Amino acid sequence: MINFEYTRATTAKAATDARIKNRSSQFIAGGTNLVDLMKKGITTPDRLIDINALPLKDISSDAKGLSIGALVLNSAAAEHELVKTKYPLLAMALNAGASASLRNMATVGGNIMQRTRCPYFYDTTMPCNKRKPGSGCGAMEGYNRMHAIFGASSKCIAVHPSDMCVALAALNATVNVSGPNGERKIPFADFHRLPGDTPELDNNLQTGELIMSVNVPVNSFNRSYYLKVRDRLSYAFALVSIAVALEVKDGVIKSASLAMGGVAHKPWRLTEVEKFLVGKNISQETFAEAATLALAGAKTYEHNQFKIKLGKAAIIEALTKATA
Amino acid sequence: MYTEEQNHCPHKSRRGFLKKSTAIAALVTASPVLLKAAENEEKIASYFEKIPLQLEINGVAQNLSVEPRVTLLDLLREQLGLTGTKKGCDHGQCGACMVHVDGKRINSCLSLAVMNQGKKITTIEGLAKGDDLHPMQEAFMKHDGFQCGYCTPGQIMSAIGCIREGHANTPEEIREYMSGNICRCGAYPNIIDAIMEVKKGGQAV
Repeated sequence: MINFEYTRATTAKAATDARIKNRSSQFIAGGTNLVDLMKKGITTPDRLIDINALPLKDISSDAKGLSIGALVLNSAAAEHELVKTKYPLLAMALNAGASASLRNMATVGGNIMQRTRCPYFYDTTMPCNKRKPGSGCGAMEGYNRMHAIFGASSKCIAVHPSDMCVALAALNATVNVSGPNGERKIPFADFHRLPGDTPELDNNLQTGELIMSVNVPVNSFNRSYYLKVRDRLSYAFALVSIAVALEVKDGVIKSASLAMGGVAHKPWRLTEVEKFLVGKNISQETFAEAATLALAGAKTYEHNQFKIKLGKAAIIEALTKATA
Repeated sequence: MYTEEQNHCPHKSRRGFLKKSTAIAALVTASPVLLKAAENEEKIASYFEKIPLQLEINGVAQNLSVEPRVTLLDLLREQLGLTGTKKGCDHGQCGACMVHVDGKRINSCLSLAVMNQGKKITTIEGLAKGDDLHPMQEAFMKHDGFQCGYCTPGQIMSAIGCIREGHANTPEEIREYMSGNICRCGAYPNIIDAIMEVKKGGQAV
C-alpha cells in the first residue's frame, strides 16, 4: 500500500476543513472498501482523515421516521429493533450485503459511498473511465456479465454494488450531509448519479461534504421483500436484486415502491411499475405485467442479456414473497 | 494469553516490551508528532512516520509503534509474531484473518492498525486457557472441522462470533452467517457440526 498521512478528526467541521485543505485526502470510517482500493492502488489518497470519533453512531426514531447515524455499523443497523420491526426491508437488504464480519466493520455512510466492483475498475492494467478518465471502458467490449442494463453511457457500464442502498432508494430515504457550505439534505434518488460523460463521479457530493446520517421516512407499506440473486447463495454481489415495498389492503395494492440493484450505476427505481401496480389486485398476472414493464427499457451487452429474464423472474418472485 | 515462551521474538517479550515502551514514551514526549493541524484535527502521522498505538492483545496491554499503512493483520503477524491469524486473500474475501475486536469478529486485513487505538484484540492464540482449549477449538477437533487447517483459525474466531451474535440456531443460519469464511478443503459440513455442538452445549463463548 502506498503510504499516506493519517489524521483523526473529532468534529464534522474539522473533518470537512481537513478534506478541503488537502484535495487528495479521503475520509475513512470502516475501511472495508477504501483499504481494499488502496491496497490495489486504485485509490491513492495523500492523507486519511479518520472520522470514527465523530458522534454519528445512534439510531433513533420520531414521528417523521428513522434516523441512522453515518457511523452505525451495517450489522448494528440490521439487528436494531426499530429497523427490524418498522423497516424490515432495510434489515433484509443489509443482511444480504457482504459477510457478517464485514458488516461488523462497514458503516452505513461507507456503504452509501462504496465504489463499483466492476473488474475493469479493479484491474489497474485495464482501461477504465471511472478509475482513469479518458482511458476507455474495458467492460463495454469485454466480459460484461455483471454490468448495467439501465442508465449506462458509452463511457461506463458499471453498476453500484450496494444492497442497503437499493432498500433506501425504495424507502425514499434522505441523506444528510455536512460540508463547507453547511448542511443539506439529499433525497436518495439524487444522491448517486448515472455515469454520463463523467463516470469518475459516483455521486453528487461536493468536495468536503460528509454524510452525517440517513433518514427513512415513516411509510404505510405493510408488505416488503428484498430478493438478491447471485452466483452463490451468500456473500457475493448481486446479479440482480429487487426491493419491493407495498401497501396492500383487501388484496388491492394501495401504494408501491420498487428499486432494483445490480442493474445500473445507481439504485434503479421502477417508477412506471409503481404507478402500474397502484389499484391492481394481487395476482400472478399483475406481477408478470409489472415485471415486463420493469425491464422494457433495458439495454444489454454481450454477456448480460440474461439479466432481462432473471430480472423479470426476480421481480415476480419478490412480489409473490412480499404478498404471500 | 500468549507468553514469553510461546513468543520467540525476544524484543516482543514482556521484558523487552517494557523497555521498548519506555523508549517510545520518551520519544513521543520529545518529538512534535502530535501537531495540531486544524481545530479538532490532529495530524497524527506523516507518510513514513511511526505513531504510538496502545492495544490490548489477548489480555496483554501493548504499547506499539506502527506506520499508518500497517493493517491489524500485518501488525499481529509481522510485528508481534502472532502468526495464528492467517493471511489468505488480504482483501476481505476469505476470512482467514478473522480476529475479535472488542468482542466482535472482523477481517483484520481490512482494518488499519492505527484505527484500533485503545481496543481489545483477541486472536486464535488468546482463546485457550493454558492447556485448556476453547470449546470451539475442542469441537473443531472432535468433528474434523478442517483438513489443511489454513482457514481454521479464522473459522474458529468467526464461529464464536456467529454464536455470540445469535445466528447459530440452525445449520442453514450458520451457513449464511459463516459465509465470509472460505474453506477450500470443503470441511463445511463438519464445521457446521462443530458450531452446532457448541451452540447446543450452551457454554459461554
